[in-house]
Amino acid sequence: MNMNFKEKVLQVIAEVCEDDVVKEEHDLDIFDAGLIDSFATVELLVQFEEQLDINVPITEFDRDTWNTPNAIVDRLNELK
Amino acid sequence: MTPYSSFLFFIILGILLLPTMILGTMGKRLRYYNVFVTIVVLAIIFSGGDAGFFSLVAFTILQVVLVKGYITYRQTKNSSLVFYVISFLSILPLILSKVLPILAVDNWASFLGISYLTFRAVQIIIETRDGLIKDQLSIFQLVNFMLFYPTISSGPIDRFRRFQKDEEKHWTPEEYKELLYKGINKIFLGFLYKFIIGYSINTYFIMNLEYIADYKFIYHLLYMYSYSLYLFFDFAGYTAFAVGVSYMMGIRSPENFNKPFISRNIKDFWNRWHMSLSFWFRDYVFMRFVFLMKKKKWIQNKMLVSNLGYILLFLLMGVWHGLAIQYIIYGAYHALMMAGFNFFETWNKKHKRWPTGRAMTIVSIVITFHVVCFGFYLFSGRPFQ
Repeated sequence: MNMNFKEKVLQVIAEVCEDDVVKEEHDLDIFDAGLIDSFATVELLVQFEEQLDINVPITEFDRDTWNTPNAIVDRLNELK
Repeated sequence: MTPYSSFLFFIILGILLLPTMILGTMGKRLRYYNVFVTIVVLAIIFSGGDAGFFSLVAFTILQVVLVKGYITYRQTKNSSLVFYVISFLSILPLILSKVLPILAVDNWASFLGISYLTFRAVQIIIETRDGLIKDQLSIFQLVNFMLFYPTISSGPIDRFRRFQKDEEKHWTPEEYKELLYKGINKIFLGFLYKFIIGYSINTYFIMNLEYIADYKFIYHLLYMYSYSLYLFFDFAGYTAFAVGVSYMMGIRSPENFNKPFISRNIKDFWNRWHMSLSFWFRDYVFMRFVFLMKKKKWIQNKMLVSNLGYILLFLLMGVWHGLAIQYIIYGAYHALMMAGFNFFETWNKKHKRWPTGRAMTIVSIVITFHVVCFGFYLFSGRPFQ
């Protein structure tokens, strides 16, 4: 897994959450921490498509398995 | 017979489920026996005449044809128009069941549970559209999911892929015993909620309210609180039965309630109240609407997009309860509250005027509780009588 990709993903998450804490704490539950809601989730999916060219269907985005920066990077790697 | 409404229903269910439970604790799952139980229970529920047995059969055939047809179509093509047409046809019986009573004609489209069953079918169509369901499903798989009897009358609304995982899972004796234990626990919680607390609030308080409250204002205020509590205990009780029986069948149906009366704001409330319904609307209406707006760049303003999404979601949720004035107003009220909170949250993120801390959390809970109770007061229809 290349680091470059991970950094890019973290950058996108940080932009959508409007908080750089996700770049430091990779196992932070972004839903529990109140950093992201359903509206921001959609923004995240749009950004993944536009910036990383990865298409994540809304129905694929399950809050239980896409809950931390690390988990999101893993899921995106699977879909790449 | 309405599910979970009488002790007779529980006794029949207990006898029917005895083999399922005994074999389950031995690590065996009897699929054919469970199908037999399903058929018997459905027959008991729908044999009453007014529950709409023939409408249920016609509805199920229609949905199976639509879902199977769409999966086959989607394997080679993906036109938006076809998706919308299929979705519309899938929702059509539900629309008819809501509109026919207004036209004062015989409501032949309706049957017990139509509102909930429609969600299960539409959800499969949407996930097929998104490419998450690719392989054709068998008629058995579809009907087994659609007509899963523990949750047929009022949910919780499960998702096909989640349901199927549990359905195919081989529970070890230890795992099944754990499920059974939890299931029985839930059923007893249901008795406490629905038949003791809910029943008492309704029988001893709400029905005697005329004699308890002298003034009109006090009457309506007490009605608001007591109806809200009754609604929770009655529905949470039903849900506990439905989820509990699901567990006994080896299916972990999703929960509907997570302490809704300690919500800190209205957004938090919708993550705690009738969750399987609100999450359905969140995932399949709100998020898809926002995604469409953003992707097509039709509306750029964030606040506007999310507020329009809330209006769409809650008005739909309102009319889903029924095409009556109280439900439409209930939907509009919650849309307004969500939009209002949306403005406040954005404003507060910038200015940080709303103090944090234990005391403020309690204040927030009390305010939210009243906002929510007033919503249920509207929902009850009492103010419009």
